[in-house]
Parts: sequence; C-alpha cells; structure tokens
Amino acid sequence: MSQMQEDDILGKAYDTQLMRRLVHYLRPYKWQVVIAIFLALAVSGLEAVRPYFTKIAVDVNIANSDKVGLLNTTLLFFILLIVRGIVQYYNAYLTQKIGQETIFDLRMEIFRHLQKLSLKFYDKNPIGRLITRVTSDVEVLNEMFSSGIVMVFSDVFMIIGIVWFMFSMNTQLALLSLSVLPFLIYGTSLFRKKAREAYREVRLYIARINTFMQEHITGMLVDQIFNREKKAYKEFDQHNAGHREANIKSIFYYAVFYPSVDLIGAVAVGLIIWYAGGNALQGSVTIGTVMAFLQFNEMFWRPIRDLSEKYNIMQTAMASSERIFKLLDDRSFIVESVSPQIFKDIEGKIEFKNVWFAYNSASGNENWVLKDVSFTIHPGETAAFVGHTGAGKTTIINLLSRFYDVQKGEILVDGINIRDVALADLRRHIAVVLQDVFLFSGDIKGNINLGKEDISIEEIQNAARIVGVDKFIESLPKKYDEEVKERGSTLSVGQKQLLSFARALAFNPKILVLDEATSSVDTETEILIQSAIQKLLAYRTAIVIAHRLSTIQSANRIIVMHKGEIRESGTHQELLGQKGIYHRLYLLQYKDQEAA
Amino acid sequence: MKSLLRLLPYLSKYKRTLLFGLLTVIISNLFTVATPWFLGEAIDKLKRGLETQSLQHTDLFWYAAIVVGFAVIAGIMLFLTRQTIIVVSRKIEYDLRNDFLSHIQKLPLTYFQNTPTGDLMAHATNDISAVRNVLGPGIMYPADTLMTLSMSLILMFVKDWQLTLLALIPMPFVSYAVYYLGKVIHEKFNERQEQYSVLTTKAQENLSGARVVKAYVREEYEIEQFRIASWDYFKKNLVLAKAQSIMWPLMFILVGLSLLITIYVGGLKVINGEMTIGTLTAFMTYLSLLIWPMIAFGWVTNMWQQGAASMKRLVKIFDTVPAIRNTEKTDHSIQSVEGEIEFRNVTFTHESAQTSTLKNIDLKIPKSSTLAIVGYTGAGKSSLVNLIPRLYDVSEGAILIDGEDIKKIPVEVLRKSIGYVPQETFLFSDSIAENIRYGDDDAVHEMMHEAAEVSQIANDVIDFPKQYETMLGERGITLSGGQKQRTSIARAILRKPKILILDDALSAVDTYTEEKILQRLRTMMSGRTSIIIAHRISTVKHADNIIVLDGGRITEQGNHDELIAKDGIYAGLYRKQLLEKELESL
Repeated sequence: MSQMQEDDILGKAYDTQLMRRLVHYLRPYKWQVVIAIFLALAVSGLEAVRPYFTKIAVDVNIANSDKVGLLNTTLLFFILLIVRGIVQYYNAYLTQKIGQETIFDLRMEIFRHLQKLSLKFYDKNPIGRLITRVTSDVEVLNEMFSSGIVMVFSDVFMIIGIVWFMFSMNTQLALLSLSVLPFLIYGTSLFRKKAREAYREVRLYIARINTFMQEHITGMLVDQIFNREKKAYKEFDQHNAGHREANIKSIFYYAVFYPSVDLIGAVAVGLIIWYAGGNALQGSVTIGTVMAFLQFNEMFWRPIRDLSEKYNIMQTAMASSERIFKLLDDRSFIVESVSPQIFKDIEGKIEFKNVWFAYNSASGNENWVLKDVSFTIHPGETAAFVGHTGAGKTTIINLLSRFYDVQKGEILVDGINIRDVALADLRRHIAVVLQDVFLFSGDIKGNINLGKEDISIEEIQNAARIVGVDKFIESLPKKYDEEVKERGSTLSVGQKQLLSFARALAFNPKILVLDEATSSVDTETEILIQSAIQKLLAYRTAIVIAHRLSTIQSANRIIVMHKGEIRESGTHQELLGQKGIYHRLYLLQYKDQEAA
Repeated sequence: MKSLLRLLPYLSKYKRTLLFGLLTVIISNLFTVATPWFLGEAIDKLKRGLETQSLQHTDLFWYAAIVVGFAVIAGIMLFLTRQTIIVVSRKIEYDLRNDFLSHIQKLPLTYFQNTPTGDLMAHATNDISAVRNVLGPGIMYPADTLMTLSMSLILMFVKDWQLTLLALIPMPFVSYAVYYLGKVIHEKFNERQEQYSVLTTKAQENLSGARVVKAYVREEYEIEQFRIASWDYFKKNLVLAKAQSIMWPLMFILVGLSLLITIYVGGLKVINGEMTIGTLTAFMTYLSLLIWPMIAFGWVTNMWQQGAASMKRLVKIFDTVPAIRNTEKTDHSIQSVEGEIEFRNVTFTHESAQTSTLKNIDLKIPKSSTLAIVGYTGAGKSSLVNLIPRLYDVSEGAILIDGEDIKKIPVEVLRKSIGYVPQETFLFSDSIAENIRYGDDDAVHEMMHEAAEVSQIANDVIDFPKQYETMLGERGITLSGGQKQRTSIARAILRKPKILILDDALSAVDTYTEEKILQRLRTMMSGRTSIIIAHRISTVKHADNIIVLDGGRITEQGNHDELIAKDGIYAGLYRKQLLEKELESL
C-alpha cells in the first residue's frame, strides 16, 4: 500500500525555521525560561566550585594539620551541598513546568484548529493519525521545551568557558585536543541525519499501528463475524514488524554513535599524553598542565555528549513539530466572510441556484455529484428529496450547512448567499439529523443539549416527549442522567435515532433537515415522530430525505434526483401524473399492498 | 513489580542474546575502569621522567596507544551491548504488541462496548512502550552501573575498610529515598496516565463526531471540554514533576554527604598520620565514580516503576478470559453446518441489565427456509440474531444448529457458515474490492462481481473513479448509507453462507433497489437459511415464516396471510402502512 508517503515526505524544512516557530511558544513564559537558565547555570557553577573545596581541604587544611580549618571547610561544603540541592530542585521543577505549560498551549491550539477544519479535511485524514497529533506528537515536544532548551544553554556556556581556559593555559595543547573536534562534528551531523530518518520512519509506523488499532477495535465485530482475526493479525504484524525494524535501524545508529564519541575522546587523551611525553623536557608543559588538560578533556566531553543527547530530543521534536505545523498550516477551512451579514431572525427560505459540486476539487477532473441543481423552498414549506442512493441527496444537505463549498452556482437562505453569513449563524438555524447517529460519551441529557446550557432540562424533557423517547428515558435508573457509553454502544439503533431527533428538536431551529433518519424506527414509533414533526413543520422550513414514500407524501413539494440532477419536481399527485421515476418508485413500494 | 514477572517467557526466548549482551557489558566495563589506572601510570612516568631528566619520546606513546586501544575495545563492546539488549527489547515489544492484538481479537462484543477505544489504544502504544523501556535501557543501565559499583567498592574496601563503611553511611538513605519516592512517583504516574487516556478518548470522540459538532455549532463547547481535560492532565503532570524533581537533588546531597565524610574523617586520619594523601585522593575519585550509578539507580527505578504500572494494566487485559471460545466441550469433528436452527427456551439478559431482552424463545427455522422478524424498536430483534453467531451467549436455554448445541460447534466453523450484515454497517478504509472480499479472501474476481451484482452495488461501482479499487472512507470516497449497506451485503453473500442474517440491512436502500436485491437473494439463497429483520412489510411478506417480537417474546408467528388473519401487531403494522398510502393517494 502506498501509505508510506503520507506522513513521510514533508517539504525539506530547515531546523532553524522550525525552531523559530517552536521558540515562539515559549514567549509567554520567557521570564520563567530566563530564571530556569539562570538556575541551571547556578547548578553548573556550584558543581564547578566543589573541586576547589577539596583543594583547600587537602592543600591548606590537611597540609597544615589544621583540624578546626578542616571542620570549617567541611561545614561550608555542607551548606554548599544543600543550596545546590535546593537550586537543582527548583530548576528541575521549573523546566518541567515550562514544558507542560507550553505543550498545553500547543495542544489547545491544535485542537482548536481541528475544530475549524472543514469536513473535506476529515475525509482525507484518518482519525487515528489526527489523534496522534493532539496526543503523542505534542507529548514529544514536552522534553524539548523543558530540559531541552534550558540545558542547551548551560551546556554551551560550559563549553565556551572550558575552551577559554584551555587556550589561556597552553595554545598548542589546546589546539591539539581540539583537533578531534571536526571528526566529532562530522560524525554527529551524519548521525543526526540518519537517526532522524530512522525516527521519522518509526513515527510513521506508530501512526499506522494507531490507525489500524482504531479501525479494527471499532470494527471488531466485523473481524470476528467474518473469521478475519488471522488476516487482520497478519496485516497488523506487518505494521508492527515495520515498527520494529525501523527501531532496530535507529538503534544501530545510536550503537555506532555513542562509542564513537567515547573513542574520539580517548584519542584526544592519547594525543595529550603523547604530546606531553615529547615536549615535557623542553619545559613547555608541566604535570599540572597535563592533569588540568586531562580534566578539561573529561569536562569538555560531557556537555558535548549532552548536547548530542539533546539531538535525540531535538530531532524527535523536529519530526513531531514538522507534522504538527503541517497540520496547523492546513487551511482547509470554510472561508468565513470578512464582513458577515446579520443573520438573526430568519424566515427560512432556501434557494439553490445552478449549483455544481464535486467532492474532489481538482479542476478539470471533477467527479460531479451535483450538476446544475436549482430549486427554491419557501419559508414553512417541506421539501422531500427522493432518488436512488448516490443520487446526491445527502450532498444537498451537506452543502446547505456549508460543510463544503460549492464549485459553481450559489446557495441562498432568505436571499442571502450563505457564504456571506457567519458559519455559526448559519448552522444555528439548521438542525440536522444524520444517517449515522453519533452519540458522545456522557449522559442522556448532554446528548440532547450537547452541553448547551441555555437549553433547560424542561426543554430537553419536552423534546424527548415530542419524539416519544421520554418513556424509554424514564425507564432508565438515572433517567436523564443515565450514562451513555462511547458512541452510545449500549443503546439500540432505534433509541439512538430517537435521541438524535430529540436533540434536533431541542435546538429549536428555523430549518430542519432529516436525512433518512426515520428509516430504522419501527412504524409505530415513526408515526409518533411524524405527528410530532408535523407540528414542528408549521413554523419551519424542512428538507426530508427518505426512501419511504409514506414519510414524504405530506411534503409540499417532492424533488426527484437522479445521478446528481433534478429530474422531477412537484406535488405527489403531479408527479404520479408524470408517470416518471416517482411513479415507478411508488408502484414498487405499494403494488403488493394494494393487491393484498 | 510482580506484574513484570509475566515478561519472563518473552525474555527466555532471547536468553542467549541477552546473556551475550550482559557479557559485553562486563567486558566494556573492565576496559573502561582500567583506563584511569593507565593514565595514573602515565602521569607517574612523566613525573619520574621529569625528575630524572630521562624521558624518552616513545615512553608515553605506548600509554597513549593503550588508552586509545582500550577505548576501541570498550567501544566495540558498547556497540554490541546496544545491538543485543536494546534490539531484543524492540523484538519483545513487537511480540507483546502482536500478542495484545491477538488476545483482544478473542474478546467478545460486550468487552468493546464497555471499554473505550482510546483506552485500548493507549494500552497498545504507551503501556507497551513503557514496558519496552524496562526491557531495554532498564536492563542495560543497571547491568552497567552494577559493574562500576561493585568494582569501585571492592577497590575501596581494599584501601581502607573503616573509611569505606563510614563513607557508605548515607547509602541506605539513598535506597530508602529511592524506594519512597519511587512509590509516590508510581502513584502519580498512574494518575497521569489515566488522564492521558481520558484525553485521548476525548480527542477521538470529538474527531469521530466532527459532523455533529459542526452541525450544531458546538465547537466552543467541545474546546472547553477538551481544555478542562487537558488542564487536568497538566495539573497531574506537575504533581508528577514535583515528585520526580526531588529525586536527583536528593541523590546528589546524599552522595555529597559521603564525600564530606570522606574528606573530614579521611583528613583527620591524614593529619594523624594514619593515611597517605594519595589514598585519600584515590578515595575521592572512587566516590565520584559512584555518583553515576546512584543516579542511574534512581532513574532506572523510575523506569521500572512505570513499566510495572503499565504491565499491570496489560496483564489485566491479558487475563480477561474470552467469554466466547472453544472449550473442551467443543466437537472439532464438526466441519460444516447445514443450516437448520432451533431456539430452545432461550432467555437472554445483557450484562448489567436488570430485565431480560429475550424471554423463553422457542423457535424452529428449517433448513433452506426464510424467517422474517418484525417488531418495535427494543423488542429484542437484534439480540435474537446476535445469539446465532455467538456474539453473545444465551443466558438460559440453548440454540441448536443441525441438532447440535452451538456451543459444541467450533466458533470459527459456526461463524464461517454465517453471512451476517449488521445493523450498523462498518466498512474499512480500504478499497471496495477488499471490503467485499473481507467475506472470503480466496474469492476470485468473478465471484466478487457476482456478489456485487446481487447486492446491487455493481452499478454504483462503475461510476467510481477507480471502480473496485476505489478507496473508501478516510482515504477515499464517502459512500452513502445505502451504498454502505449494499457493500456490506455483498461482503456477506460472497461467502455463500449456509445462513444469511440481514439485521435491518436494507433500511437505507430505496424500495426499488431493495426489491431487486430480494429477488436476486431468493435465487441465491435457495437451499440455504435466511433470517431478515425489517420494518417494511414489503421486505418481509414473502418469508416462509414471520415472527413478531414484543418485549422479548414471540407474540405472533406464521406466514403473511396467517398473520393478517390473526389481526395482531403484524396486521396492525400492515394496515398502518396501507392506510398511510391510501390517505396520501386521495
């Protein structure tokens, strides 16, 4: 399968560019960052002073047999130790806090962004992958924001200090010990490149594993019923094995890199000793200098090694942030009007004017789902859409709510182009009952008012009563507070349908859209709902999409669609007279019953 | 920690590699610890050479060569350590994750209805990778530090055992601090992970329900809900951070105390002439060697604590015994079924429900007949058919196929004989062809075409950009409800099942297409058993036998004419549908 490119190939972004963007997120916390850097430097400083105390204890106190002095030095050392501990604690906590604050902001930004993206985006991106962005990709940045940036400062500070000391002591020896540096830098950059590639591959497989898991857990019933456990297992095994191999590749690079860094360090030590052996007699090198350089060498490699350790954090962060920014840069929004028209109390007139629409927007290659569709529904009218599946009926309501924008033509509500009103204003006036009912985990009440608090419990109960789901709800132990599991898995399809009706009614819209929603409810319940809907329709414009003629015969107008075009339009009697598609559907549905 | 024992079988699979890995740890340590000794020798040589003014250029060259040579050997060993221990940890992670999937595949429907998907996904990724950390770095670092620790301690004891004991006084406190903080961290980590699951589930639910959220303009509310969950996660992380931040500074203070004791007591000893300054210096060097093992100890403890917590959660899942599975009662000689179904006094109660969904159902469905089930929402229609492929097991009574209790029939044989179209269609984001072939992987192209023809999806497919290779769902086109149902029907009939179950599977299909599907099915299903749940009388009226379910009981039974004559619920439904038509055709 050609999934590889999806997460993999992203435009070559410069790290500095990504970094600049990432650092931007630290801005609100800049004083905390400054304090954290200061504390980190203090820790390094206090650490560096320690050998000095040892030196005093040995060279001054012990050498002079000064027992009191030794005690004083020891006590001073003790105080230093405690202070250092406290500073280190605050530093560690503060860096963690900065990281958490930053990723909280970032996570909310991504989530907010996702809410804005249009359905077009959701059609293209597997949910599993999007979840990875909001959860683990963000999580990865935590380390970079916390220890990453702060520790880099203290490491760089340390390196500069050491180099300065080295050159001030012995230029030749300094140059000699630093001569291995190019190898280290080359090796590190090579490692960084390889490890980053490997890491990206790892993330890709993790995303695939997540996508697979999400889909097959949701569809476990299908797997089990079709005896597909083994096949699904095999497919999973491929993703899983890919993940393992990508990790093993990455381990190899680490396994080569770390020992190499050690080895380069050892070569530097070798060079120092060798040079000292050759030059000590000329008097240019003293034992003290050699010992100092050996210590410097040791101190020098630690921050460099730490820095390369930070590469790990950094490259991980880069890969994650690349994906996060790619998501944040996705502008598949429904473009909101800059100066939206006021759209408060509407009449509910709907007009489609020469609407052309395709789900794939690549021009010249469109797969038109709607072709030149025009119709008008007057306020308070009910229009019923009839047609074979795939005729484009669902698309009509998708367009009315502006889930997608039309390619050609325009859609008007109350004579105003829906592109010229605020999206939220438009949707507030339309209640949609979808084919696939979606329930949120929470309680019954919350699934009817969707957390909108100005819909009171009385209104919720009233809506439930109108659709006839009140008896069912009252029979539950906790009634309206009864828990609803994820996707409403403990409720029957019919019950879910009724709840989604109640939801639509509770929002009290001007325009009501029913998309085949009555189809799974038994006739008894359906009649109940229909009578409730009749009451509602008196004040509302309604679009009803159903395959059962009985549900739509009461409509003011019936529109018959076929392959994206309006083929017939008129009242029930008019259409029967035309002896067209509607007539044929009518006969098929009822001829048997008439014969009986 | 006990939960981690469950990993032993996984480890033993790679025990040779792991033992080799541990060997490389020992060797690399020997060469690393030896290097300072040679360095010291080199310094001494330099000192002596300067004192005697007889330093040869090559004298120190060999020391330099040894330092580099030892680094090469230690480096190779370190390389091998990572290539063995860490690689094995990834292999075990792989094994574990595969086992995880294969286990949850066996769990019954009820399990998934009661477990949020986000939780299961978090287990499969985060928990397994936390366990992986224990197996890789969690083994490598302790082995490494243990070596350094024991070598240093041995050398210290040899130099001065009294001072060693004094210097080691703070060490038990180190252990206790690690133990105590570890416990706190473990607890806080758990709380944080739980909140992470909540967060994941929230995101997953919001994204899956994007349409509803948008349609009802609930974006701001959803953002607020997510913010609350996210803020809670933030808070829990900070609590964890506090506990974790204490760990290292405390280690440093305690280890520093050791150094303090060494300097003071050792210093007094030197002043009193009981010890040389060289020994004191050596002691301090060794103590500094001990700092890293102590830190690593704390760090690895964390890793182990977290791994153990994760493993405990995994074990809980692994220990969930699949409720529906082959048992010793299973008769493996049954390789196929004919399709005669009998319900004998079947009662079924959903887990955690107070009332029974089905009550005392007695029903015979002869081979090659068609049974239709009619009834109101919640009457138990879906539950009744769900019992046949054993998605649930009966609470009382028994279901027999060909006279055998279905619990005796191997589950895979039972399900292989059934073509099931669930009420809620579920298609995978794969090509249409793959989705249909889900019913039978070995089916050749012609068979798939035939199934698509029968279910009336074939004509729609022709209009799709890549026909049968068109991708569905998240990576391709979106099918309408009716198209989904017809694809789902094609999938079920592709396997030429002995028993076909349509659970309200024509509800979104228009009546014209429905009629065509039913016609084609009648031919195809001759000699096979069909069970159809529907609301439309037109769908069910040709069935050999129609039952009406009401409140979990069969209240009416017979063919269309008989039921009309009975003048019960069925006749009522029929009249209502007829009446509507008459009223409207006026």
